[in-house]
Amino acid sequence: MSTVLFFVAALGALTGAIGVITIENPFYTVLALVSHLISLAALFLLLSAEFIAAAQVVVYAGAVMVLYTFVVSYVGGQDAQPRLGEPLGRPPGRAMTVAAWACGGALVLELGIAVLGSALKSINTRGAPIPPGFGQPAQIGDLLLTHFLAPFEIASYLLLVAAVGAVVLARRRGGIGDDDGIPVFSAMDIFRPPPPGTGTMAEGAGRREITREEPAAEGAGRGEITGEEPMAVGAGGRETTRGEPVAEGAGGGKITGEEPVA
Amino acid sequence: MSIEWYLVVSALIFAIGAGGVVTRRNPLVILLCLELMLNAANLALIGFSRMWGNADGQVFALIVMVVAACEVTVGLGVIVAMHRRRLPIDVDELRELRG
Repeated sequence: MSTVLFFVAALGALTGAIGVITIENPFYTVLALVSHLISLAALFLLLSAEFIAAAQVVVYAGAVMVLYTFVVSYVGGQDAQPRLGEPLGRPPGRAMTVAAWACGGALVLELGIAVLGSALKSINTRGAPIPPGFGQPAQIGDLLLTHFLAPFEIASYLLLVAAVGAVVLARRRGGIGDDDGIPVFSAMDIFRPPPPGTGTMAEGAGRREITREEPAAEGAGRGEITGEEPMAVGAGGRETTRGEPVAEGAGGGKITGEEPVA
Repeated sequence: MSIEWYLVVSALIFAIGAGGVVTRRNPLVILLCLELMLNAANLALIGFSRMWGNADGQVFALIVMVVAACEVTVGLGVIVAMHRRRLPIDVDELRELRG
């Protein structure tokens, strides 16, 4: 039974892995990786690593793959377009090609001798006898909080740094930043006051042209149009600064469009 | 099943992932192939953990999963930033850092 399960799961894992590198559409690539990860979780179960198998399904096949799916549908599949431009670098000469094949063949031969000759004989085993509760969440948690406390804490800091880094990399300040949209990050940003509009919807909404009539008409009535800013924010009773974002101005203009303005 | 079968599967998955990293040009797919390689290492770690009857390897695999999640987060953030700047999503076209 365990043998049949192993071959089914191993075949699924290898098929998924081959699918990842052969399918053109990145969306189906992600789906192939999901099937690969679930098959791998079955292999983990066969190795009596129950907690790791559950974490694999929940964290990998669940959370990480959802993240991938979102990014693939955001960026879109661009892998099918033909190769543009010249190849990278100079094409290798004949001597370089021969040397590369020779080195690769030597590596394969050496690894084959090492693995088939000696290494795999020493691990031809069904494994040591395991205590009850091996691989259960209780044992993993016990190890993590006693023997491996420092790696556990370092991993949590790593997760924090990765989360902050992802937000910094992927954020967009098109609504309140410069209009060329190329962000420049600096460690001194921590000490500077944030630009006005930080934390509002204007930060992510981006710079957009205001074509509605009512904010422009409001602004025209007050004679405050400068550039493309509708300046209807001032009509809403708030003080308008020079760096007021356009998108926020549009929001203010929508509000004042419904309110009667004296 | 003896442990060596698991190690053979692990080696095959690692080789497939490494081949994908070398041959594919979409950075999203390259990240997926990196996941393949990390998972192959995880399978080997858990196989050795079962072989010795010691759960330390499973803790190691768990930490590897944490590192992989961080790598995915930052990598996908870079890809989204590339997409925002209208850069091509193609590792052959991205040569700004080449000397």
